[in-house]
Amino acid sequence: MRIGVVTFPGSLDDVDARRAVTFAGGEPVALWHADHDLREVDAVVLPGGFSYGDYLRCGAISRFSPVMTEVVAAARQGLPVLGICNGFQILCESHLLPGALIRNDHRRFVCRDQRLRIENNRTPWTSDYAENAEVSIVLKNGEGGYVADERTLDALEGEGRVVARYLDGNPNGSLRDIAGISNERGNVVGLMPHPEHAIEDLCGPGTDGLGFFTSVLRSLVDA
Amino acid sequence: MARVVVDVMLKPEILDPQGKAVQGALPRLGFAGISDVRQGKRFELEVDGELTDERLAEVHEIAEKLLSNPVIEDFSVYVEEFADDEDDEQ
Repeated sequence: MRIGVVTFPGSLDDVDARRAVTFAGGEPVALWHADHDLREVDAVVLPGGFSYGDYLRCGAISRFSPVMTEVVAAARQGLPVLGICNGFQILCESHLLPGALIRNDHRRFVCRDQRLRIENNRTPWTSDYAENAEVSIVLKNGEGGYVADERTLDALEGEGRVVARYLDGNPNGSLRDIAGISNERGNVVGLMPHPEHAIEDLCGPGTDGLGFFTSVLRSLVDA
Repeated sequence: MARVVVDVMLKPEILDPQGKAVQGALPRLGFAGISDVRQGKRFELEVDGELTDERLAEVHEIAEKLLSNPVIEDFSVYVEEFADDEDDEQ
């Protein structure tokens, strides 16, 4: 299975994301922001970092890059897309996901091992987790506060689209402790923490993040 | 040639940590009586040719599509009037 990982100018975690795909047993495919095609990948990861220097707003310029035109169209057709951190911001700016991510309420960059609850294991990115599994995954962001209006938040909760929620304290001011959400169909998932940094015991808090990558590979095989 | 200014501000209900940081610095500098600070962005667009209603509508579209994120921000568009065009050669 071919999993595309997009590199934007300023992406930082594209290499780790490709490595995580390999660890999970998939074939990583490097995609470039100026590409006009997705090279027949079966799923796409938008990695973390500071694409286009976070100029204007995080993810605002990336949204209009050529590759994102293709990603948005394919996501609407059901292609699994995972946006991690900056990738989550890009998905919100692209209107593939509702809401927005703003500066952490405490104004400091946060970098720590974060406890999470995986509340929706019905997405192609989370199906390998037990329902309400509690995991520990690296979190590192300066603008990770998830915001949306009350109606949107109620809809996300009511439709089971809160994919992951922060445990043991809110690290960035995200409303309702939201760490990750999905679109209505479930194929598009945005996540602030970094599962690609938690795939092996040697470096990182454990292997709890690997499930995102094994999940999508299994979902693609089953599909 | 006309200059159109777009101001973008976070919606009132959205927390503005940067504004709060600025406000917090004021008493330390000896400035009292500022009850709130909100930080925004100002864009100056130099529009070629005559500024028609169509061109102005286009600037509105630019503001809505790119310069602001309507989920968290409001924007306002206005044409900047020069006090004396003759002196504005610079």
